[in-house]
Amino acid sequence: MSVAVQPSQKRTSFKRLAFNVACILICTVMLAPLLMSLSASLKSPSEANLVPPTYLPSVYSLANYAKVFNYQVGLVTYVWNSLAAAGLSIAMCLMLSVPAGYGLARYNFRFKEAWFLFLVATMMLPFQALLIPLYLMFAKIGLANSHIGLALVHTVIQLPFSIYIMRNSFEGVPKEIEDASYVDGCRSFTSLRRVMLPLVMPGVVTVALFAFINSWNEFLAALIFLNNEKAFTVPILLVSVRTGIQGAVDWGALQAGVMLSVVPCIAIYLLLQRYYVSGLLSGAVK
Amino acid sequence: MSLTHRPSTGFAYLLPAIAFTAVFVLYPLLQLVYFSMTDKSLMGGGGYIGIANYVRAFNDKAFWQALRFTLLYTAFLTPLLMGLGFLLALLTMRNSPLPKLTRGIIFLPVVIGLGSSSLLWFWLFDQQVGLVNRLLVDLHIIAQPLAWFTAVGTGFMAICFSITWKVVGFAMILFVAALQSIGQEMEEAAIIDGASYWQRVWRIFIPLSRRTLLMATLISAIGSMLAFDQFYIMTGGGPRGQTFTTVYFVYQNSFVFFKLGYGAALSIILAAIILAGSTLQVWLSRRSAGS
Repeated sequence: MSVAVQPSQKRTSFKRLAFNVACILICTVMLAPLLMSLSASLKSPSEANLVPPTYLPSVYSLANYAKVFNYQVGLVTYVWNSLAAAGLSIAMCLMLSVPAGYGLARYNFRFKEAWFLFLVATMMLPFQALLIPLYLMFAKIGLANSHIGLALVHTVIQLPFSIYIMRNSFEGVPKEIEDASYVDGCRSFTSLRRVMLPLVMPGVVTVALFAFINSWNEFLAALIFLNNEKAFTVPILLVSVRTGIQGAVDWGALQAGVMLSVVPCIAIYLLLQRYYVSGLLSGAVK
Repeated sequence: MSLTHRPSTGFAYLLPAIAFTAVFVLYPLLQLVYFSMTDKSLMGGGGYIGIANYVRAFNDKAFWQALRFTLLYTAFLTPLLMGLGFLLALLTMRNSPLPKLTRGIIFLPVVIGLGSSSLLWFWLFDQQVGLVNRLLVDLHIIAQPLAWFTAVGTGFMAICFSITWKVVGFAMILFVAALQSIGQEMEEAAIIDGASYWQRVWRIFIPLSRRTLLMATLISAIGSMLAFDQFYIMTGGGPRGQTFTTVYFVYQNSFVFFKLGYGAALSIILAAIILAGSTLQVWLSRRSAGS
């Protein structure tokens, strides 16, 4: 036994070294594009458009950000458009999925599972296919080029997942807790609001988080529904920055825009990582 | 118990979601079926023309080209993402600090927008200002900066590379969860029996995470079949329309050429293909859950 210890220990420490090197290498490769984009966004506008490019800025400057900030009707409008669509989509997803999840988890009624299937089966239908009729419908009732219209589409995308998550969350709450609230004289809706809702908060956070990320990043519906420059969301603004003025792309401004669009997602992910991963797992492995 | 739990109350809680789905999914879907049998245009007008749009799609070389390209893209990317995702999961499945950090960083691009990441890579691969070219030239791998998106092959490679960077963390996270749920005892027993690491991977890890592997494969394949953003932003369908995906082709016909009737028929065909895929997914998950 004792003879074998030394070489195997050597092998283990070599393995550990290889493992650490592999991890660090992978981290570098994964982070490099984001760091390079950040570095380009901090170059001076002329350096950002230099051929061939420099790896790191020779002088740091916020001029690219200033350009994006003042792009066309101004970044504030575009960020507001994105936030409004995301906020409305979060609100709609929650207002529809919280009661639905509660009803599905706590009540028995005829065709319950069939209704559930009806609600979540839309997940199997690509929303891309619905964009033509939805576009015509919204154009008719004046919801094209509006936050509400876009938020409705984003809710269509996100609702099945939200209902699925909320049903699971409510089913995870012990029945005794709710029964106790009835003994204490709560009515159904009061019980939902006062007793149940705090207990399913993780589910609510998950629904809101995914609704936000989906809406903030969604591209195709926004591209089709928004053709008024003032109504653009951030992803559509970025494409219009890329198209540039008279064909010449402003690369520095483009990377500043990419950074601005990416930072909220990364910040929220870092803050709510736990919910993100658990939501992903329960949504995918159903 | 719970006399207040009247069935009608339960249905009432469901009603808003049902109404929403009826108005914004079911009704548009029925409309879509109707539109697909008209020659409706975005400019207005259009009457019933039966199955002419479907016949036209069947004979449309450009549509078949787009469908074939999308299938090729899916068939190439899916195994790549699954294989790489699984290897990364094996590497980072332990819960000590470095693997955990690595996992977090690999997953990071999953949360950012596909539009943003496509614009980021569009810049990195640019012939003149792109750092990929600069790096490859500095490393003497290529002599001259490449115009990646002017040829189908290099454009395809560039997109696959960027998408791998963007979404490989998704499969990895699912696989890590599956691997972590495999009991330690099983692995220890295999070690005592003298199984090497790769034997354990083949005989224990892969069979026991089969369900997750299947799910991730289907989710990823469906995602690739619906690809749009990356091609719209990076290749614009070019060169000569050779990199149009199915969704892009539908978009092009409906909203660029205003042929809504034809676009609706194409949408139905696309939905049918995806539906077949996701039915397979549900069926497989039911079956493996039962066994």
